[in-house]
Amino acid sequence: MGKAKQSLVEVRNLKKYFEVQKSFFGRSSTLLKAVDDVSFTISKGETFGLVGESGCGKSTIGRTLLKLYEPTGGDILYDGKSISSLKHKEMMPYRKKMQMIFQDPYASLDPRLTIAEIVGDPLVVHNIYQGKDRIDRVKELIELVGLKADHLNRYPHEFSGGQRQRIGIARALAVEPEFIVCDEPISALDVSIQAQVVNMLEELQERFGLTYLFVSHDLSMVRHISHKVGVMYLGSLVEYADVNELYTNMQHPYTRALLSAVPIADPDTAEQSERIHLQGDVPSPMNPPSGCTFRTRCPYAMSKCAEETPKLRDMGNGHMVACHLIE
Amino acid sequence: MNYAAKRSEGAVPLSDMDQAWADLPDEDFTRLKDSARQTDAIARPSKSYWQDAWSRFRKDPLAMIGLFIIVVIAIAAIVGPWLSQYTYDGQDIANQNQGPSGEHWFGTDKFGRDIFVRAMYGARISLTIGVAVAAINLVIGVIYGGISGYLGGKVDMVMMRIVDIMIGVPDLLYIILLMMFLGNTIESILLAMSLTYWIGTARMVRSQVITLKHQEYVLAARATGSSNMRILFKHLIPNSMGPIIVTVTFLVPSAIFTEAFLSFLGIGIQVPMASWGTLVNDAVPTLFTQPYQMLFPAIAISVTMFALNFIGDGLRDALDPRLKK
Amino acid sequence: MKLLDVQNLRTTFHIEAGQVQAVRGISFHVNKGESIGIVGESGSGKSVSMLSLLKLLPSNAKLEADSVLFDGIELVKTDQKAMRKMLGNDIGMIFQDPMTSLNPLFTIGEQIMEPLRIHQKLSKEEARKKAIEILRTVEIPSPESRLKQYPHEFSGGMRQRVMIAIALSCSPKLLIADEPTTALDVTIQAQILDLMRDLRNKMDVSIVMITHDLGVIANMCNRIVVMYGGTIVEQGTTREIFYEPKHPYTWGLLRSIPQFSEGEKKKLISIPGSPPDLLRPPQGCAFTARCPHAMKICEKLPPQQISLSDTHQAACWLMHPKAAPHAKEVIS
Repeated sequence: MGKAKQSLVEVRNLKKYFEVQKSFFGRSSTLLKAVDDVSFTISKGETFGLVGESGCGKSTIGRTLLKLYEPTGGDILYDGKSISSLKHKEMMPYRKKMQMIFQDPYASLDPRLTIAEIVGDPLVVHNIYQGKDRIDRVKELIELVGLKADHLNRYPHEFSGGQRQRIGIARALAVEPEFIVCDEPISALDVSIQAQVVNMLEELQERFGLTYLFVSHDLSMVRHISHKVGVMYLGSLVEYADVNELYTNMQHPYTRALLSAVPIADPDTAEQSERIHLQGDVPSPMNPPSGCTFRTRCPYAMSKCAEETPKLRDMGNGHMVACHLIE
Repeated sequence: MNYAAKRSEGAVPLSDMDQAWADLPDEDFTRLKDSARQTDAIARPSKSYWQDAWSRFRKDPLAMIGLFIIVVIAIAAIVGPWLSQYTYDGQDIANQNQGPSGEHWFGTDKFGRDIFVRAMYGARISLTIGVAVAAINLVIGVIYGGISGYLGGKVDMVMMRIVDIMIGVPDLLYIILLMMFLGNTIESILLAMSLTYWIGTARMVRSQVITLKHQEYVLAARATGSSNMRILFKHLIPNSMGPIIVTVTFLVPSAIFTEAFLSFLGIGIQVPMASWGTLVNDAVPTLFTQPYQMLFPAIAISVTMFALNFIGDGLRDALDPRLKK
Repeated sequence: MKLLDVQNLRTTFHIEAGQVQAVRGISFHVNKGESIGIVGESGSGKSVSMLSLLKLLPSNAKLEADSVLFDGIELVKTDQKAMRKMLGNDIGMIFQDPMTSLNPLFTIGEQIMEPLRIHQKLSKEEARKKAIEILRTVEIPSPESRLKQYPHEFSGGMRQRVMIAIALSCSPKLLIADEPTTALDVTIQAQILDLMRDLRNKMDVSIVMITHDLGVIANMCNRIVVMYGGTIVEQGTTREIFYEPKHPYTWGLLRSIPQFSEGEKKKLISIPGSPPDLLRPPQGCAFTARCPHAMKICEKLPPQQISLSDTHQAACWLMHPKAAPHAKEVIS
C-alpha cells in the first residue's frame, strides 16, 4: 500500500434518516436511521465492496451517493467537489459521470419501451449523439454487453434475467460514466449468470477504467470483485479494509459471523468448518440498541458495549474496526 | 438403423450400450464452432404490449361484436345522412306519422321528418359527445392525477381535497344550472360534463402513478437526470395506459346516456337538431298511437350502451390480464 | 427402500403462444430417510417437477408420467381431493417466501392447528399442546404467547420457522422445501439450515430441497439431481457431483462459484448466454447452445442417460467412445 491512490468519491459522516409516520394524524414521527455517520473513500479505478444484511443501509448509501435521496447530514465529495447540496440542474454534469446498475432485472427496465429506447434514453436526456450516430451508439452498447443489434426492437419481457441485467449495464454505460453504483446487481440472478455479470463488470472496469461501489450481501462475490470492503450493520460501518486484509484478518465479531454463515459449496470443507452462530434477528432500525448496535447478537458483548458507541479505529494498514474488544 | 428410434428408457452403463449407439457416424462427433452456437438466441417472436393486448382482445367474442356494432353505427353516423334523400329537418306535411315502410325505414314523425335519417344524425351527435367528453376527461384526468400522484406530499393533499369538494356537489344540479345559463348547445353540454367527469380518471391515474413511481426503472431514469415531466410522461403514464383506457372507455357510454337524459328532459340538444335523447322526447306524445317513433331511438341507445360496455370489459381483460379469473 | 419413485415425468403448460414443455421426461427417486437436492437455474423445471407431482399447478398445466409411486401409492391417477388429504399429512411443503405463504388474517396458532385438526382429528386442546410442542422444536422462544400472534409480528426468519413447524406438524414422511432460504439473509439462512439438518436427524423425514445454490445443499443433502432445460443432466451422491462431475453444465455450475486459494483470486468461469426457451425446446441436448464442448451430435440427438455407478448417472455425448479424443482435451 505504498503509493497513494487518487480518491474519486469521498463520503464524510454521511447520514440519511427517513421519517416514518406512526400516529394517524402525523404529529409524532419516528426517525429511521438508515445510514448513520458513515465515512469512506473510493479510489479511482477501484471497486469498493459494501456488504451487510438487508436493512443495514448499504443500498441507501448507494442511492444517496447518486442523490436519488437527499442526504440528511454529512458530505459527499466527487473528484474533490462537494455534491451533497447541488440542485437538479447543477447535478446534471455529475449524472453523466455517475451511473447505477440495479438489483431487480425485472423492475429496472421500463416494460413499455424497446431495448433501443431504454439504452438510448440517457443519450436523449443528455442530448448527446444525434440522429444516426445515436442509433450506432446504441448498437455499439448492446454489442458491448454481448447482445445482438437485432435484439434492439424487442421488449424487456422477452429477455431472461441475465440478459436484462446486461441491458441495464448497457444503459448505465451509455453516457460513458466514470463511477457506477452496482446495487446488488447479482442477487436476483442464477449462480451461472452471476459469474457472467461479474466477469463482464470486471472486463468493463479494465477497459474503461471504471470505479465501482459494489453493494451486495454475497461475501464471496464481494471478495472476488472488490479492492476494498466495508461491512455494515444497522446503518453503521463496523469494519473496513483492503480485501485481502479483511478476509484473512477479520476483527469485528459481526464480520466473522457473517463470513462463517456463508454456505460452503464443497462437502468436505463444509463438514470441517466451524460456524459462529448468531442468535436472533437484526433489531429494528427504528429502535436500535444503545451503544454498539450489534451487542444484542454479539457472543462477546460486555457491559461497556451498551454504554458507549465504539468508534472506528485504525489497526494499521488502513484496517478500520469499530469494536470495544479491540483496543 | 436409427439410434434415436431405439433410445431406451432409464440409465444404462456404457458397457451395455447397443450397437446402433456405438455406430453413430464419426462426423457427428466433431466440435461445433463457437460461433455456430446460438448462445443468446430468443425463440419467441417479438410482441409489444399493445400487440399482445390486441391478440387477447380479438379472442373475446362479445368485445368483437361490440366493436363491430360501434363501427357500423359510426359509419352510419358519418356517411349515412349524406346518402339519404331526406334531411334531418326536412318537413313533409303530406307524410306525417307514417309507420315504417320502404320509403321511410323507421317511419316519420309528426312533422313528416324521416326518423331513420334523424336517428343517424342523432348518432352523430351522441357519439361525438361521448368521444369528446371521454377525450377531454382523459387529458384533464391524466394530467391532474399524474401530477398529484407523482409529486405527492402537500401538493397531492391539496389537489385531492379539491377533488373531494367537487365530488360533494351533485352532478345533475350544476349541469342543469350551467345549461340554463349557457344555453342548450353542444358546447355547453361538453363543458358541463367536463367539469367533474375526469375525477374518476384522475384518482385512478394517481393511484397507478403512486404504485409505479417507486419502481427501479423510475429510479434509473432519475439517476440519468430525467426531469420530473419526462419521468411522468415517458415512463409513468405509458405504464398506466391500460387501466386509463379502460376507465375512459366506460366514460363514453355514461356521457352518451347523460346527454340523452338531458335532451329527454328538454334541456339538452334543441330542435330541429336531433340526438337520440330528443328523438325519444319527441316521441312521448305519440307513445300510444305511434310507438315505433320511440322504439327505434330507444333501441339505438340500448344497443350502443351494450356494445360500448362489451368493448370496455374486453379491453379490461385484454389490457390487464391479471384481473381475469 | 424408495419413498418416492418418479418415472418419465413430463409437464406441459398450455399458454397463448403454444405449449411450454417445462419438464421433459425425468426419472428420479427419493429413498426413505434421505435428503436430496434438486439444483438448476430458474426455468430448468426444478420447482415445476415437484409441484406437478403434487397436483399444485394451475389448470393450464398437464402432467404425464409412466409412474409416480409415493409410499406405494400411484400418484398419477390420484385425484386432487385425495391428493389434498395427503398434502400436509404425508407430505409437507415449505416455500420460498414465508410472507405470502402465511395467511395474514389468522394467528400463527390457528394456522399450525388447522392441519392437525383436519388431518389428525385432534381436539382443540390437543392441537394446541401439539402446536406449542412443535414451535418449541423449531426453536421459537416462548411459544405459548407466540401462538396468539399474527404473521406480521414475526420476522422473516421466524416466519420460515413457523412454515417449517406447519409442514412438520403432522409428522410427514416427505418434506419438500422449495428455495426455503433464498429470501433470507445469510446469518438467518445459516440458522434455518442448521434447524433443518437437526430436524432431519430427529424426525426421520425424507427431504427434497429445491435450490439454485450449490452451497446450500453441499452439507445438507446425500444426493443431488442437476436439472437443465426441463431434463436431468446429471444425478449422483453429493461427493460424486462435487468431486467427479461428468456433465459440462455441472462443471459450469461448480466453476462459477468464486474460489480462493491462499488469498489469490482466480477468474470466474461463467456459462455464457441464457437458458433455452422451452416453448421451442432444442432438438438435441438442451445445453448445446451454451456448452463450450458442444459437438454436432449434441444439436441433433438428446444424449442417453448413462449410469457410471449405482448412484451416479449423467447424460452427455462426451462419454461416447467416439468423443474420446475430445473428452481427453476437455479434462486436461
